[in-house]
Amino acid sequence: MIADSLAPPNWLSRVPAGVKLAALALFSVALVPVDDWRILAAALLALGAIYAGFGRYGLTRLKLLRPLLPLLVVIGGVQALSQGFEAGAVIVMRLVAMLLAADLVSMTTTMGALMEVLAPPLRLLRPLGVNPRKMSLAVALVMRFVPVLMTRWRAREEAWKARSSRRVPVRLVAAFFAESLQLADRVAEALDARGFDTAPVTPRPPRR
Amino acid sequence: MESRTIVRIALIAAVIAVLGLLPGVVLPIAAGVPVTAQTLGVMLAGIVLGPRHGALAVLLFIFVVLLGAPLLSGGRGGLGVLFGPSVGFLIGFVPAAFVTGLLMQRLKHLPVFAAALIAAIGGGIVVEYACGIVGLMAVARMSVVQALIATAVFIPGDLLKALATAFVAEASFRAYPAAIAGRA
Repeated sequence: MIADSLAPPNWLSRVPAGVKLAALALFSVALVPVDDWRILAAALLALGAIYAGFGRYGLTRLKLLRPLLPLLVVIGGVQALSQGFEAGAVIVMRLVAMLLAADLVSMTTTMGALMEVLAPPLRLLRPLGVNPRKMSLAVALVMRFVPVLMTRWRAREEAWKARSSRRVPVRLVAAFFAESLQLADRVAEALDARGFDTAPVTPRPPRR
Repeated sequence: MESRTIVRIALIAAVIAVLGLLPGVVLPIAAGVPVTAQTLGVMLAGIVLGPRHGALAVLLFIFVVLLGAPLLSGGRGGLGVLFGPSVGFLIGFVPAAFVTGLLMQRLKHLPVFAAALIAAIGGGIVVEYACGIVGLMAVARMSVVQALIATAVFIPGDLLKALATAFVAEASFRAYPAAIAGRA
């Protein structure tokens, strides 16, 4: 599931993550004041060409826009009604261009590479109490918990469906949730038992 | 911060993700309104972890989404979500979880169900919609009234989710009293 979010390796995958992030930021900021639909159309065409250059994967990737379609229609419609058709088109085109550009970075950059780019700014946050080591532990735990919880939920759901034709009740979610919290507390005990030290290297009075 | 706290924060972040990936499992909602259980997870984060840690769990979830994991409802993820029209709702998850946790703490004397219901409505609906509406005004250049009308269709669904949150909180508290911060 999570591997699906990366495109097969291509020329953009080889560009350093920091460069891509900076380019994305510049592109998005530059797009904000643009009110000319022709410039936006050109940007969209260019983005479309890049997507098409990725072959079939690029085209299926465009499907990710589908969940946003109703909202885009509402936004475009409201704008078109109040300020004319062109204003509606401009706002939707600008949003779609920003989304597509950002997704280009996401699908050609691994999470590890992004974490590395973010490591220096995260270190700057250390005086505020952000511990980079704990951050990466937490991110890794989330990535690991998601498939585990999915499997556990599916098992519960199947067990329910095997016994009843009624829809899955909220009661089942409650049981699942309580069980997941117990799982978390057991994982924490396991971490402590294996000596994973989340305390900072320099000794500091314990804080509860 | 103890490992127990970090693991719980990570787990709740994962629960928020899982609830968003399983659309329509729980909520008996009128057909046609696209609702996922993702905000259910955000409300639970505040209730179970308290204001600070609840907000941290949501921040962690958003961080992982921005890193590219397709965990937002509808399988979205990556930096693109920052430019979507619903960005206000996404960022609003953080104050929503915080306020939910705060209300839960303040309502300690009430039974879990009642406290969780009030907290979920205050944080998960009032604060969440306020942020979402500001986001729509900024990104989609809508007026307050337009943004209110565009989002009003989701409010009945979210009221049901607040009810479901209260139910889940109450049931998990009974099954595992350590579930809710500051109650056991």
